[in-house]
Order: sequence, then C-alpha cells, then structure tokens
Amino acid sequence: MADVEATLDACIKCNICTSYCPPAQVTGAFPGPKYAGPQAQRFRSPREPSPDASVDYCNGCRVCNLVCPAGVKIAELNARARASLFRDRGGVPLRERLLGRAELLGRLARPVAPVANLLLHNAASRWAAEVLLGIDRRAPLPRFANRTFREWFSRRGGRAREAAGARFTTGRRKVAYFHGCAANYYEPHVGRAALAVLERNGVEVIVPEQVCCGLPMLSNGDFDPARACFQTNLRHLAPVVEAGYDIVGTSTSCTLTLKAEARELLGDDSEAARLVGEHTYDVCEYLMAMHEAGELDTGFEPLELRVAYHPPCQLNAHRIGHPATELMAIIPGLEVEESGAACCGIAGTYGLKKEKYAVGMAVGRPLFDFVKDSGATVAACDSETCRWQITHATGVRCLHPIELLARAYGLADGQA
Amino acid sequence: MRRISADVLVIGGGATGTGVARDAAMRGLWTVLLERRDLNHGTTGRNHGLLHSGGRYAVKDPVSARECIEENRILRRIMPHCIEDTGGLFVVTSSDDPAYGDRFKAACDACGIPCEEITPAGALRREPRLDPRLRRAFSVPDGAADPFVATLATAESARAHGARIYRYHEVTRVVLRGGRVSGVVARDLVNDEEVLVEAAITVNAAGAWAGRIAALAGCEVKIVPAKGVMVALNHRLVNTVVNRCKPPGDGDILVPVGQVCVIGTTSYEVPDPENYGIEAWEVALLLDEGEKLVPGFKAARALRAWAGVRPLYSGEATAGGATREVSRTFTLLDHETRDGVAGLLTITGGKWTTFRQMAQVTVDAVCQKLGVARPCRTHLEPLPGSERRDYHRVGAPLRAVEGGRQAELVCECELVTRDQVETAIDAGAVTLDDVRRSTRLGMGPCQAGFCGYRAAGLLHERRQPAVQEANLALRDFLQERWKGLLPVLWGRQLRQARLDELIYLGIMNAERLDTGGRKSPLTDFYLQQAESSAHGVEQPLTGGGGQERHG
Ligand SMILES: Cc1cc2nc3c(=O)[nH]c(=O)nc-3n(C[C@H](O)[C@H](O)[C@H](O)COP(=O)(O)OP(=O)(O)OC[C@H]3O[C@@H](n4cnc5c(N)ncnc54)[C@H](O)[C@@H]3O)c2cc1C
Ligand code: SF4
Ligand code: SF4
Repeated sequence: MADVEATLDACIKCNICTSYCPPAQVTGAFPGPKYAGPQAQRFRSPREPSPDASVDYCNGCRVCNLVCPAGVKIAELNARARASLFRDRGGVPLRERLLGRAELLGRLARPVAPVANLLLHNAASRWAAEVLLGIDRRAPLPRFANRTFREWFSRRGGRAREAAGARFTTGRRKVAYFHGCAANYYEPHVGRAALAVLERNGVEVIVPEQVCCGLPMLSNGDFDPARACFQTNLRHLAPVVEAGYDIVGTSTSCTLTLKAEARELLGDDSEAARLVGEHTYDVCEYLMAMHEAGELDTGFEPLELRVAYHPPCQLNAHRIGHPATELMAIIPGLEVEESGAACCGIAGTYGLKKEKYAVGMAVGRPLFDFVKDSGATVAACDSETCRWQITHATGVRCLHPIELLARAYGLADGQA
Repeated sequence: MRRISADVLVIGGGATGTGVARDAAMRGLWTVLLERRDLNHGTTGRNHGLLHSGGRYAVKDPVSARECIEENRILRRIMPHCIEDTGGLFVVTSSDDPAYGDRFKAACDACGIPCEEITPAGALRREPRLDPRLRRAFSVPDGAADPFVATLATAESARAHGARIYRYHEVTRVVLRGGRVSGVVARDLVNDEEVLVEAAITVNAAGAWAGRIAALAGCEVKIVPAKGVMVALNHRLVNTVVNRCKPPGDGDILVPVGQVCVIGTTSYEVPDPENYGIEAWEVALLLDEGEKLVPGFKAARALRAWAGVRPLYSGEATAGGATREVSRTFTLLDHETRDGVAGLLTITGGKWTTFRQMAQVTVDAVCQKLGVARPCRTHLEPLPGSERRDYHRVGAPLRAVEGGRQAELVCECELVTRDQVETAIDAGAVTLDDVRRSTRLGMGPCQAGFCGYRAAGLLHERRQPAVQEANLALRDFLQERWKGLLPVLWGRQLRQARLDELIYLGIMNAERLDTGGRKSPLTDFYLQQAESSAHGVEQPLTGGGGQERHG
C-alpha cells in the first residue's frame, strides 16, 4: 500500500486543492489543503511536538484528494496530523472522544431511547452540552430508534431469508450487511430497506457480528480505539469474506473506512485488511454492479416524486461515480436533480463542534440553496450525518436512496 | 577614489572571513570586511550542513577530529539557533566491513568523541527507513547546521562590535608599499566605482579563491579547488545525520537539514573555483550510495543538486619553510616569514565546523603583529538570535506562521513571510538570490515557481526601481534556480519544472522580459553556471567518469 507520507513528494504546489477545499473557501481559520497537507508535513517531525493547530479545521471531506492532479493523499496526511496534534497536547479532548463513540452512546441510550431523546433534544441539555462540551446547541443530532436494527433482525429470525418473488439468474449472491452505527441505532429503516431490496433480488443476506467502523474516531484524531475497532471488525469480517460473502454497507463512510481509509490511516497492510477492503461495497455500488450483470430486478413501480440528490463527499472518495443517481434513473416517474455542491459541511461530527458549526453551515450553503430552490419535496443522500444536516438546514426530509428503491419495489415497511 | 581605512582588512565573507571580522572587532580592532558578492555566496553557502562531531575524521585525521569535537561543543553553546540537535549515527551497512567499527570506536574514544555502539534494532527504531540489513551502528554528537544564519549572525555581531562589512566589493589589486601590503583596491560592483582600503594587516579569507588573492600580492599559494556535489531530496527521510561507518568516501553522509535531506558529497579537482558543472554520473553515484543507506532513496523526489568547492591547500610552494601547519584541516600562512611580504595573512582550508577556531588562531596572529594583548572571547559570547538558548527545531517556521500569518506567505514551500522578504530587500539585497540566502525564499519543492514573481513584485514595490530592473532581478533569480534543477530533471521534479516553465514562459513570457539591456553583477555568472550543467539533463543511470579523486 502506498506510504501516505511519501505522497507529499508528488505535490507540484499547483493550488488546485486549495481552490476547491470547502472549509478554505469560507473561513480564514483553515489555510487549506496544500498548506496543511504536503507543505506542513515537511515541517513535522516525529521527534518534535506538533507545530500546527490549524490542521484541525480540515473536515476530512477529501475533495482535495479528488481534485489533486498528482495523487497526494492530503486528507490522510491531515487526519494523521490531527491525531499527533491531540497526542502532543495532552491527549484527545473529551468532546472529540465522545463524538467518536457513536456506538457506545447508542448502546447506552438504546434501552432508554425515549428518555435519551428527551435529554438529547431539550434546550437546557443542549445549552449544557455547548457550555460544557463545546457541542453547538443548534447542530443536528439524531434520535435514537426504539428498536435497533439488530434487534429487529434477530426477531425476524436472525437468518438470511428468501424473499417471495425473488428472481435470480446465476448462482446466488451472498452479502454480509454492514449496518454501522447509524442504521443500527438511529435509522434502522435504512437497514431494513437495504435488506428488503437485496433479498428482493435474490441475494442471501446475513448480518455479521460487527462494531463501529472507527471512522468517527479516526476523524476525531482518536486513533488507538479506532485501531481496536478495525481489528475487531477484521476478526469478524475476514472469515465471512473467506466464506464467500461480500460486505455491503449503507453508510458510504463505513464502507470507505473498510475499503481503504482505516488501512491507510492506520498503516495496516495485513492480509485480512486487504481481503476485507477488496470485498467491501457501498449498497448502490453493489446493486449497480448487479444491474450491469443483468441481475437486477427492474420491475419498479412508478414513483411520482421530485428528489434533490446530493452525492456525499464520502461517496466521491470511493471513486465509483454516482451509482445511486444511475439506479434512481431507472425508477419510472422519479425526477432526480443532482446537486453540484461539494460538501454539506457536517463532515461527520465536524459541524457539531461549537467553533466549527458556522463553518459547516457556510460550507453547506450552496447545497442548501440548491435543495430549497429545486422545488423537491424530498432530498436524498447516501450518508447519514449529511442527511441530518440537510434536513436541519433546509427543513426538507432527506432519505437514503435505498429507501426510494425499496418504495419503488413496493417494499416500504411501515415501521420507520 | 573612495578611501576606507582600518586596523584589519578581511577579504572574504564566508564563515571564515566573518568569523575573523567578529573576533577582531571583539578584540577592539578597527575592522573592515570586503566580499565580492553576497555573504555566503562562496563555499559556506553551498556546503552539506553538517556540524561534525569529528567522527568522520577520527580514524585518519585525529587532529581534525579533536578540533571538530571541541568546536562542536562551543558552537552548540554560542549559536544553538543555527544548529539542530539531530545526533549522528555511523552505520555499518551490509556492504561495509564490520571490523571497521572497532577501529572507528577506538579512534573516537582516543579523540574524546562521545561514541556509543547501539544495537541494529535500536538504530532502526531511531531511523525506521534505514536498510534493515545494517550490521552495526554507533551514535555520535553530529548535528545539522544552518551556515546561512550562522554567517549572518556572526556578521551582525561583528557589526555590533564596530566592524564594517561591504558586500559586492571585489578586491582587484593588492597595494604593496616597501614590501608590505598596505591595503587593497576593490571595485564596488553596485555603484561601479573603485575603493581604496588601507589597513595595517590584511587577512586573506577568500576560501578557494585565496590563491588568487595571494597572487595579487606576488605570493604563490597553491590552492586546488575540489568540487563536491550534493543532492537534496524533497523531504527528510531521516531525522538523524547518517554516516557510513567506513573509510570516508563519496556519498557516504545523509544530513537532514531544515526541510530536506542532503546526500553528499563527492570531491574532484576542478580547474576553476567559479566555473564548474554537475555531471550526471555524479548525481547517479550519490543516489546509488543513498540507496545503500535508505532503500527507496532513488525513488524519492530529488529537489536540486549543487556543488561547492573545497580549498585544498597543497603544502609548501616557495622558500622559507615558515608555513604554520596548524593542522591538516586548516592552514594559516604568514606571508612575512614565508614570502617576505609583510602585512598579509592567509587562512585557508578547514571546515565550517571549525571556522571559529580558524578565526581565533588568525586573530591571535594579527594581535601579535599589532602588539595587542587581548584574549579571544568568541567562544564565550553567544551570537545574536540565540537568546532563547534553544536548538533550531524542524517545526519552528510552521509554528511561527500559525495563527494568521499564513495569509502573508510569499514562499509557501519554505514558509517565508512578506515581512521577512521586505526586511531582506530593505537591508540592501542586490539580487533576489540575496533574499534567498537570508530567508530561504525559493529553496523548497517548487524552486521559486510561485514565489519568484511575488518577490520581484515586492522588490518593485519597496524600491520603485525602473521596471526593467525588477524584470532583471526576476530573470537572474530564475536562471540561478534553474541551474540547480537541471541535474535532477526527471520524475516528479521534472513535472514541477514543467509547471514552473508554463508559469514563467507561458504566462509571463519571462524569456523576453524587457531588462533594457541591463546586467546585474551576477547575470553572467548565472548564465555560465547553467550552461556548464546543461549536459547533465538526462536521468543519470550509470556511474563512472574516470576523474581523479581527491580528499
Ligand atoms: C561540498 C562541500 C561540503 C562541505 N560540507 C561541510 C559540512 O557539512 N560541514 C562542515 O563543517 N564543513 C563542510 N565543508 C567545508 C566548509 O563548507 C568550508 O570549509 C567553509 O565553508 C569555508 O568557508 P570560507 O569562509 O573559508 O570560504 P567561502 O565560504 O568560500 O568564502 C570565501 C569568500 O571569499 C569571497 N571572495 C573570493 N574572491 C574575492 C575577492 N577577490 N574579493 C572579495 N571577496 C572574494 C568569495 O566570494 C567567498 O564568499 C564542505 C565543503 C564542501 C566543498
Ligand atoms: S479533506 Fe476537505 S476540508 Fe480537509 S483539506 Fe481536503 S478538501 Fe479541505
Ligand atoms: S492539488 Fe495536489 S499537487 Fe496541487 S497543490 Fe494540492 S496537493 Fe499539491
């Protein structure tokens, strides 16, 4: 695997990254990817305390990596620099540690979801969280579902199931569904939609043991627990892959982390990491591949709907095009308008932070304007935190594209 | 003719000359220094940046080794801000003889150089990129030095003690009166006028050019200029000075200096200290040697190549036998006893590391001649800039621009701010290359691709010269940077050069900038240097060359 640090040598200082970087466009607090990445890296030494704090204003969107003509792994350089920054300045701050542990929060809150929601969403506690933790009181926080995806799945029998009317051509495809934290604790309906769509297409779907992919920790500079998560996932997932399953996820962030991000950031070049990375797919990517192989059931019912679709940064970082756009285009009646905007500004947990909330909202402005002006009654996006941010900023409901597919198959479950 | 007079006249504004000027001024002597170009334009500004522990000389030349460790300790004390405390390793690679390690260790012990053998695993922990097949490793107190800042600080201290330093004053004639050197005639290259400088004692500290100065006084001093080539890589692959533990040879030291690491050097005789090229095989040899220390070295991005010339003094040439062989590394010649020409001393050879001691020995002799009995104090008084009593850190420039000052970066690669460039311009920079020497402008990956035109703009804004003059400054600077790029034009640096070319030739038409037929004191020098290297363009593949090796 490419040595992240070595890629700094490819930089030709062209500034293209800086002119595309969303935070750099809206705040002077972030000097931009060229400065924070390949340039600053030459001034960082493993033997000295971290010299630069501005790198913490990188939101990890990876727009820079995408536009760089030279292949510099800028976002990864920045993420590593943030981790060293925290390490050198007395450890990862409490807020960052907390925001990195979506899974732990979910596990704690789940049994008392209604109370937890009440606590999380009232003005007094939001004020306290802002004052004590630096989590902006206006920022969009999700609600805990009453029942997790895993609970639902185990009640369903906990096993793969053949859908009625499933149609398959070649040998049966086998998928291990990676729900991640969001579909498990906050939006189980996304997981159910994915399961329904895959099973409708004759795919055998299991739900393997798994923990948080580690991305929230990685992007909050908390590498050690992220490494532990990644190792646990490899232990669970590598045997599954060996048994012939593909890993498919509904969160573009989790799948990106399993595919490449964790390996690169943590410098893990183990065989298990390679195996899991090479067999992980975003759900729309997977369905699109099935479609190209003539294996997708395209018997969709018409959906008379106008959708404003935003391909999230994390999806772009997969470098697989926009499979959701292509899939939605097959649905009769569905009118999809794709945003040309770079980033919604939330970037996982970045836009929740008090000093960064305004940056996030300013970054997202072009997207929010697009959604509002599109006249669409519903928005769509593949990444959960982006969906929450879009709804927060525009008031427009935001779905995962898989939910639209499920609906077009007539598979909408009433349990959302 | 303008006239200047002094007790001591120093010729040469490198480490040695400024060191002599400081020492003389601190002893209360009325001192003048003449440098034909900018300070550091000579070998001092083109060296490897190694603060020697003495380890390199311990086996073959214990006298130099002792000088080095002594001065190493002193420089750490008086100019910590010019030194990065990297430490050094001597590594027995799989291509070296492990038995040499024992001789090396014993020699270091004998010279008083702290030297400790560490395990190969320990060496790899410290420098993970080293070839894991290494057999033995020794740690010594080498360091990385910034000779640019050191000379400027030395000059500043000299000025504070009353010395007058004239740059762009080229000594063209030595004035002899009754068998005695009474001073020199110099040409002020900026104002194009002659200056007469009279002094009781003249010190020739002209480095590789010292033979030419001596010749002006009718003395024969045989100095063989020995060229040494170095290649800088785009970023630091090691954070410790890494030496091969074997008898000294070509390309056996890797020094992390500032933001780069530098492999060097070679040592081959050239006819002229001024006019030499860098050959493809020299670059190839250095990269091959680097590969032996750090696998993957050749694939890393080379930034630039340059060369400096060592003044190799080849012993006695004329009658008298009065040469004072201070040691094998440096030589002080008293031309009164040696050639019957009074009032002239030549100090030559040596290392950057030992420049202070060379100055001390020289000024001791000056004082003796002038009947002044004041002891040297240069080892006691710290240099300006060292107030924080702390070594230089790799991260210091980044730390300094954090918190808002990023917005005013002129050179982004080396983090040089507008303030710094303006200060250098206002301090009388004659060329943009002078600005570079005092700020590091244009020394990073893009080699002035983006800062060159910005700096030219600032020059114009500050000085309001005719526009042709600003054009000339830019063209000179591009030419100067280009000559160091030529020998490494392949891979990623070639890509960079293409982008720079598009910017300067495609957008700015720099080739045809109107300079009104003007020339700076260095225009011809830059052109000629780039031409000498022009045949080094292809990627170096093979070594060889059949020239005789020196040093
Ligand atoms: C390739 C190489 C690598 C080296 N690496 C190291 C190292 O890592 N560590 C170390 O300790 N040492 C190193 N050295 C040695 C060290 O750099 C030199 O010994 C030292 O810089 C010499 O300084 P100087 O002042 O004597 O000479 P210079 O710096 O050459 O100064 C002489 C000055 O005299 C000026 N001059 C010439 N003619 C005239 C004139 N007519 N009128 C006025 N001025 C004139 C020149 O312009 C020049 O600036 C290296 C040398 C070389 C060649
Ligand atoms: S990852 Fe996004 S925020 Fe960070 S430097 Fe790159 S473009 Fe800017
Ligand atoms: S886009 Fe890539 S090559 Fe250009 S400045 Fe940014 S990192 Fe460097």
